[in-house]
Amino acid sequence: MSKIHVSTTVNGDAVEYLCDPRETLLDCLRDKLSLTGAKEGCGTGDCGACSVTLDGRLVCSCLVLGVEAEGKEIGTVEGIAEGDVLHPLQQKFIDYAALQCGICTPGILVAAKALLEQNPDPTEEEVRFWLAGNLCRCTGYDKIIRAVMDTAKDMREAV
Amino acid sequence: MALDDLKTKDFAFVGTRPNRPDGLDKVTGRAKFGADAYAPGMLHGAILRSPHAHARILRIDTSKAEALKDVKAVVTRADFSDKVEFAPGLEGEFWNVLENVMAGDKALYDGHAVAAVAATSALAARDALKLIEVEYEILPHVTDVDKAMLADAPVIREGAADYSVPAGMHPNVVRMHESGHGDVAAGFAEADLVIEDHFTTEATHQGYIEPHACLATLGMDGKGELWCCTQGHWIVQKTCAALLGIETANLRVTASEIGGGFGGKTTVFIEPVALALSRKANKPVKLVMSRSEVFRATGPTASASMDIKIGMKKDGTLTAAEGIFRLQGGAFPGGPAEFTAMCAFAPYSLSNVRQVGYDVMTNRPKQAAYRAPGSPMAAFAVESVIDELCNQLGLDPIEVRLKNASREGTKASYGPRFQQIGLVQTLEAAKAHPHLSAPLKPGQGRGISCGFWFNHGGETSVSLALSEDGSAQVMVGTPDIGGSRASMALMAAEVLGIPYENIRVTIADTATLGYNDVSHGSRVTYASGLATIKAARHAVEKLCERAAKKWGIPVDAVKWENGCAVPSGPNAGDFDPLPLADITANMGQTGGPISGHFEATPEGAGVSFATHIVDAEVDPETGKTRVVRYTVIQDAGKAIHPTYVEGQYQGGAAQGIGWALNEEYIYGEDGRLQNSVFLDYRIPVASDLPMIDTVIVEVPNPGHPFGVRGVGETSICPPLAAIANAVSAAAGVRMRNLPMSPPRILSALKADG
Ligand code: FES
Ligand code: FES
Repeated sequence: MSKIHVSTTVNGDAVEYLCDPRETLLDCLRDKLSLTGAKEGCGTGDCGACSVTLDGRLVCSCLVLGVEAEGKEIGTVEGIAEGDVLHPLQQKFIDYAALQCGICTPGILVAAKALLEQNPDPTEEEVRFWLAGNLCRCTGYDKIIRAVMDTAKDMREAV
Repeated sequence: MALDDLKTKDFAFVGTRPNRPDGLDKVTGRAKFGADAYAPGMLHGAILRSPHAHARILRIDTSKAEALKDVKAVVTRADFSDKVEFAPGLEGEFWNVLENVMAGDKALYDGHAVAAVAATSALAARDALKLIEVEYEILPHVTDVDKAMLADAPVIREGAADYSVPAGMHPNVVRMHESGHGDVAAGFAEADLVIEDHFTTEATHQGYIEPHACLATLGMDGKGELWCCTQGHWIVQKTCAALLGIETANLRVTASEIGGGFGGKTTVFIEPVALALSRKANKPVKLVMSRSEVFRATGPTASASMDIKIGMKKDGTLTAAEGIFRLQGGAFPGGPAEFTAMCAFAPYSLSNVRQVGYDVMTNRPKQAAYRAPGSPMAAFAVESVIDELCNQLGLDPIEVRLKNASREGTKASYGPRFQQIGLVQTLEAAKAHPHLSAPLKPGQGRGISCGFWFNHGGETSVSLALSEDGSAQVMVGTPDIGGSRASMALMAAEVLGIPYENIRVTIADTATLGYNDVSHGSRVTYASGLATIKAARHAVEKLCERAAKKWGIPVDAVKWENGCAVPSGPNAGDFDPLPLADITANMGQTGGPISGHFEATPEGAGVSFATHIVDAEVDPETGKTRVVRYTVIQDAGKAIHPTYVEGQYQGGAAQGIGWALNEEYIYGEDGRLQNSVFLDYRIPVASDLPMIDTVIVEVPNPGHPFGVRGVGETSICPPLAAIANAVSAAAGVRMRNLPMSPPRILSALKADG
């Protein structure tokens, strides 16, 4: 099958790749652009480890085709920090030990950042339901939820 | 280890909560996990799997796949070493693993590998699988543990049973364990109340979010490189070398960052296949499992069928206990029948106790360890009966457990006498915890349970090298699953007396360090920690020697304090403290590089106990259960990094909640797994759980220099029982079968009328 040329923007940078129409955006990010921060935990949209933003909307990149990225803006975990300054969520996840193995962390950070952008003051229940699509098998979520709630608080106080 | 070696207080670093050294890598997406490796010219592998639960493989025709231009190699069983002998029973574990990673004469379960392809792209590899023709003769199958023991059950493999199995049992029963002491019949006669009951648990999967992945290179020169996500790369090295018929030292294995294991990554599945493909194609081959492959073909835990009988006096004294445990471990020997039986009654001091375990084969994937293998099921059955005895005799469940609790000196149900242990302390902490006295709402119930796990030492090697600027690098061989680099650095800092930040901990590959057992048995902080401490002490001895030489005094007149060599007393002489960095600055001129080593198999892992308290709410209309409050109380011996200890407690509890309420392997009549994706095999998500409170009890383990006990596994031992007791209290009916899914609860409520 002949490949399709795709031009898109990832974390603010213009990029191009050739992809098979069956390849997912996750495959393209990882295998063609060497952005391996997004992980494949299931490939069926159930684990959230592949979470990215597509024109600002939170999506599972395993459920988006590589060709669908044409002309869009993609945001991945690699673009969360501003240069050498970590996003407050990233710092808080380290401070709170909100990760054990860390495989779920990129997806959870992308998802939590998207939450705080639209709801700077979420309740615990709102955080839990927003992150219900991001599986973590190690932590029992306790420290993750606390880290997100506390980051929200810090960010509110900072404005 | 001598007790005077034990340091239990006045720590400078141990017990603090610094950020983990690999934190930045893991929050920026920079950390490299199993599937994150690429090599120039790399091919992609894919595995063809049996759709049948039990079938003879009559013919495999790979010619059409091989004819494809993009396909560079196809392997079947014939491409592995023929030197791996079949031996009956557990002795032939390499053969079992070979048989599991690539089927021989028969496919033994739905998902069993039968052939594999390497092609220029992952899509091409998957396409090629469709062109491989396999002719099967379908055989009768069995997936249920009780049915597999019946006389008419199909035989999975004749001759797999070992000496322990009495004559007359079905050939699917491959091992039997029996232990105990006293006279149980006499004990039951003494009791005021005896309860006998039957319990079952379903197989659950470890459910790590990272599927198995590897990148293998094996050249025509017989030398190989393997990158993979594993809990132990030396066992991968040893097993792959045996299966491929190469020398162990010629295969270098590097452990990637690991995205969860929980026991499920302590063996090999795809690694030998990738190496065989690489050898045949003469190119690097990357092989990554899909989630469905993870469920169908990697180790779930065993399922269990258990009979428990316990006698109690009116005052709560246990008089006797007996248990029969049947564990289904898939199509190979290895179900944790012994562990299940041995853990069952360990929390209690019993004069009369007997436990029997059976390891039973069925047409399911080969079970793998899952966090304290066997113990959670046993605790579920035993603690449910104890709860029922307390209910019927009107006794307080904590007081009864305290009255019968194992303590230092108690003869354990499985044989030896306990050393210093912390069960009583966890029960006392539970008694004092506000959770226990908090009011319950209507429809809610409270359950408690104790849990026990052995913990493990294992072969361990650690090297520590000092740099000229006074920083230190520590090489350990146990993959970091949950923050262990931080714990190792804290322990090294404690001994060396240099800042935590100046110590870099690396997970060494198999070529750069001696053998290390797998990260399992809750052994990492215990064994690699002990080895790190000893390696650091070894380096300190050399530092003291250099100081003694410089000062011209005997080495035993020098001691190490706060990162400096100092004279050991006024008679030793009057010298200013000599900091570590001053000694290392010119170590090249004073005798050469300074490093410390430790290699041994430490035996003092010490056992571990926990007590959990759970409140559950059952909706009588839907049968849905919600866990509304959860408290974990566990003895850590000494918490090196308390935040990560809490994390282990919370993670174990969450997995236990899934096991108790939701998770199960569901097989159809056709023997096929029906729920091999996360949508259908539902692990707890954030909105399912409450915050999980933790209490760290510290009763030092005399077998570790700082008193550490492993903490990783014990946290999953009490939840099944604690939740079952809470749900039974809330629903007003005893729940004997896991998972307590809504349909099960509804039918129990209905049966109760
Ligand atoms: S990999 Fe996309 S949701 Fe799991
Ligand atoms: S930290 Fe391991 S899956 Fe979340």
